[in-house]
Amino acid sequence: MKIKETARVVSQEMISEGIYSLTLSVSFANQIRAGQFVSLFLNDRSRMLPRPISVCETNPEKKTMRLVYRVTGPEKGTAELAELTAGDGVDVLGPLGNGFPLDAAAGKRILLVGGGIGIPPMLMSCEQLLAFPEDKRPEKVTFAVGYRTDDTYLLDDLKRRADVLVSTDDGSLGTHGTVIDAIREGQADADVMFACGPKPMLRAVKTYCEEKGIVCYVSMEERMACGVGVCLGCVCRTTDVNDYSKVKNARVCKDGPVFNAEEVDLT
Amino acid sequence: MNTNEKKTAPAGNEPEMAVTIAGVTFKNPVFTCSGCYGAGQEYSEFIDLSKLGAVTAKGIADVPWEGNPTPRVCEIPSGMMNCIGLQNPGVKVFKERDLPFLREQNTGVIVNVVGHEEDEYLRVIDALQDEEGIDLLEINISCPNVKNGGLSLGTDPKQVEAITRACKEHAKQPVMMKLSPNVTDIKEIAKAAEAGGADAVSLINSLTGMKIDVERQTFVLANKTGGMSGPAIHPLAVRMVYEASHAVHIPVVGMGGIVKAEDAIEMMLAGASAVSVGMANFVNPYAPLEILDGMKQYLIRHGIRDVNEIVGAVH
Repeated sequence: MKIKETARVVSQEMISEGIYSLTLSVSFANQIRAGQFVSLFLNDRSRMLPRPISVCETNPEKKTMRLVYRVTGPEKGTAELAELTAGDGVDVLGPLGNGFPLDAAAGKRILLVGGGIGIPPMLMSCEQLLAFPEDKRPEKVTFAVGYRTDDTYLLDDLKRRADVLVSTDDGSLGTHGTVIDAIREGQADADVMFACGPKPMLRAVKTYCEEKGIVCYVSMEERMACGVGVCLGCVCRTTDVNDYSKVKNARVCKDGPVFNAEEVDLT
Repeated sequence: MNTNEKKTAPAGNEPEMAVTIAGVTFKNPVFTCSGCYGAGQEYSEFIDLSKLGAVTAKGIADVPWEGNPTPRVCEIPSGMMNCIGLQNPGVKVFKERDLPFLREQNTGVIVNVVGHEEDEYLRVIDALQDEEGIDLLEINISCPNVKNGGLSLGTDPKQVEAITRACKEHAKQPVMMKLSPNVTDIKEIAKAAEAGGADAVSLINSLTGMKIDVERQTFVLANKTGGMSGPAIHPLAVRMVYEASHAVHIPVVGMGGIVKAEDAIEMMLAGASAVSVGMANFVNPYAPLEILDGMKQYLIRHGIRDVNEIVGAVH
């Protein structure tokens, strides 16, 4: 069930240049599925629209969730979020969106692909896949993550859980190039792929999966307002007429953010 | 649990909240704005829709509309802009899927009707003629985000009168014309709607604005312009509701940046018979019920027994 409540900040730290890790105490921590997101509201009430941020990790016992996000500019709402410290209150709406279809990876080899600030939901996807009962657990989980430079984040968290293929734009770490280059270089075979990142990366991922016959799910991003599916602000183009909208687009916040790559038009 | 839930007003001295618009009685004067509430389904996860005066469904056309490219929304100080472009699934799907849901909610139902030209509006109205459970038709002649129809129809008094008359001839339900703030004189437009036979008018639709990303030197919205909404436009809405309600004898439903009880009270003092809550839902899904509760407390605090007493009380 979705809820809006005032969450308490447990901790916050900068984990890389402009990248922050924020842990919040929320009543719905145990209901969040990997790939879902929450909307954060700013305490500056003249900035009214929520900031959608995907969930990186949850701790159901402690009823906390961890968000890892990028401060997009000095005047942006995320800069205000970065000021939050332990004990502060922040209004949260969630959990929102559909999340990754984890069952699609049961017993399969899965690649979790994250580009930049698309990496955080991959950590949670891995966590929930590894928590499957033994007979459903994926045969193999591999991360493929792309950074701009060797100023990485979450890399140790990923390595603790599964094998990691790394690419950087400048070649300072791992494969010089894109995540797809890293996947080819690492010869990482897979049956299923979950991906989150910038649109050009998702486009390349979709093409790669088509070529290799891999079932592919992508998490889309679009400017949002309501976050719950009413305003139709955050639609993405679909290849066929969508069941809800009856036109060739779908709501990223409600029908997504995760779509089968075949359903969305990434051109 | 829900930390936003406030205590309800004490029973016994509950003020009378029912309002009558175009011969239809609504249990209270708090409605939701078209385009900000879908057809109620999504927000029914947060609140009991039967506690609202009415749900106004998102604008519906004769066939499905794709709307505009993205980005369709952006933030402005104390508000937002949108250029959705009236994306909707068409009246057939609305009748089969959305209207049956709304009928079951035990709340007022207002259906917003959109089109590019008169014939399109009339086809929707015809399609809804025999549908039960529609309390009012709201005719959107004021959308700033579609090229033909919408706004261009709504800014010329002659055209407003003509389309109102045509809608009235076809409609079996009472007709409320939704007016645009993007005009020089709202009084003339409201009078034109009244002359065409409108049973009520609602205002304001969003106000055309523009936002430029100075770093990228591009328009923020794909449509270049968008409709401004939220508290940023509230004083303008209050002024226009005041002017319109003094220009016509039919009821006015007021909307524009209502986020708290005081905003709703203000709108009614200016002349609105009921109010609609729009963008506030995006910030707080519990907003309409908190506003309703705050209005009751205001009335109790001021010793006012019936909400209708405050309509147009400041003049």
